[in-house]
Amino acid sequence: MSQGVGVVGLYVRDQDEAREFYVEKLGFRVHTDARNGDYRWLTVQHPDQPSFQLGLFTPQPPTVDAATAQTVREIVAKGAMPPLVLIVDDCRAAYGRMCESGVEFTQEPVSRYGSVDASFRDPSGNGWKMIEERRSQ
Amino acid sequence: MGKELGSKQERGQTSQDPELLRRLLRAKDRMDVASHEEWPVRRLARVSGVSEAHFARSFKDAFGVPPHRYLLTRRVERATALLRDTDRSITEIAFETGWNSLGTFGRTFRDVTGESPGEFRAGAKAAPHELELVPACFVSAALRPDLTIAVSEKRRQDAGVRIGSDETEVVP
Repeated sequence: MSQGVGVVGLYVRDQDEAREFYVEKLGFRVHTDARNGDYRWLTVQHPDQPSFQLGLFTPQPPTVDAATAQTVREIVAKGAMPPLVLIVDDCRAAYGRMCESGVEFTQEPVSRYGSVDASFRDPSGNGWKMIEERRSQ
Repeated sequence: MGKELGSKQERGQTSQDPELLRRLLRAKDRMDVASHEEWPVRRLARVSGVSEAHFARSFKDAFGVPPHRYLLTRRVERATALLRDTDRSITEIAFETGWNSLGTFGRTFRDVTGESPGEFRAGAKAAPHELELVPACFVSAALRPDLTIAVSEKRRQDAGVRIGSDETEVVP
């Protein structure tokens, strides 16, 4: 595929912490981790999704002014950023694995609508819904 | 104080420590997933690691409603979902969503939604559903009643009565 969405970014409070979370706990891979002074372009990828990168960015000057950065940090910490959905083969197995590695779940796996879903947050407060892929009949 | 002036947001000071907000979010998440349980301030404050004295004000500054009103709207939302999506009796739903009496449930439900549980059920069952493709937690967050005033205040306003000025929250 040569066209489509390449990067979608999340705001995180700390890029080292976010990198550790998405790589060590969720099993993503680092795609790019490039620094220039205080600026750091950090993206990770799901191993099954080589055409898509998830950006892990901090709100900071001079990209945004200091007051805006503070506001964004507050919004993220309040869990007010838009929904994120992670698709997995086996929700309960992934839940067990991630719990063991210390992921903060906000909802245990629940069976509904012919699937299983759970919810967790990253350390910054970004909320993920984890949904088991519906098996085709 | 019927209009609840004086919160940080209304004073135009919105800045709160993100670390504190992240911990307050944990209390909100816990209420979301177990709104049928009892959530006294002591328990919520412990989840957030803040003092009981500061919890309610900090929570309201962060999320715009006092914690117990937030819990109440979560319970009403949960009840509306069960009325709409299941055939369980209204009594069962009242107790399952955390109310201690059917009377309190019915009264509060009507105060918040404008309909009795039975009327709501009849209307919801007749209406078409299009939200089945949306993950359930996003639907329940989106359909939570937007209760911007205390239930006691709403009750007074709906009744067109203006007596006293007590600001008692209806504790679910």
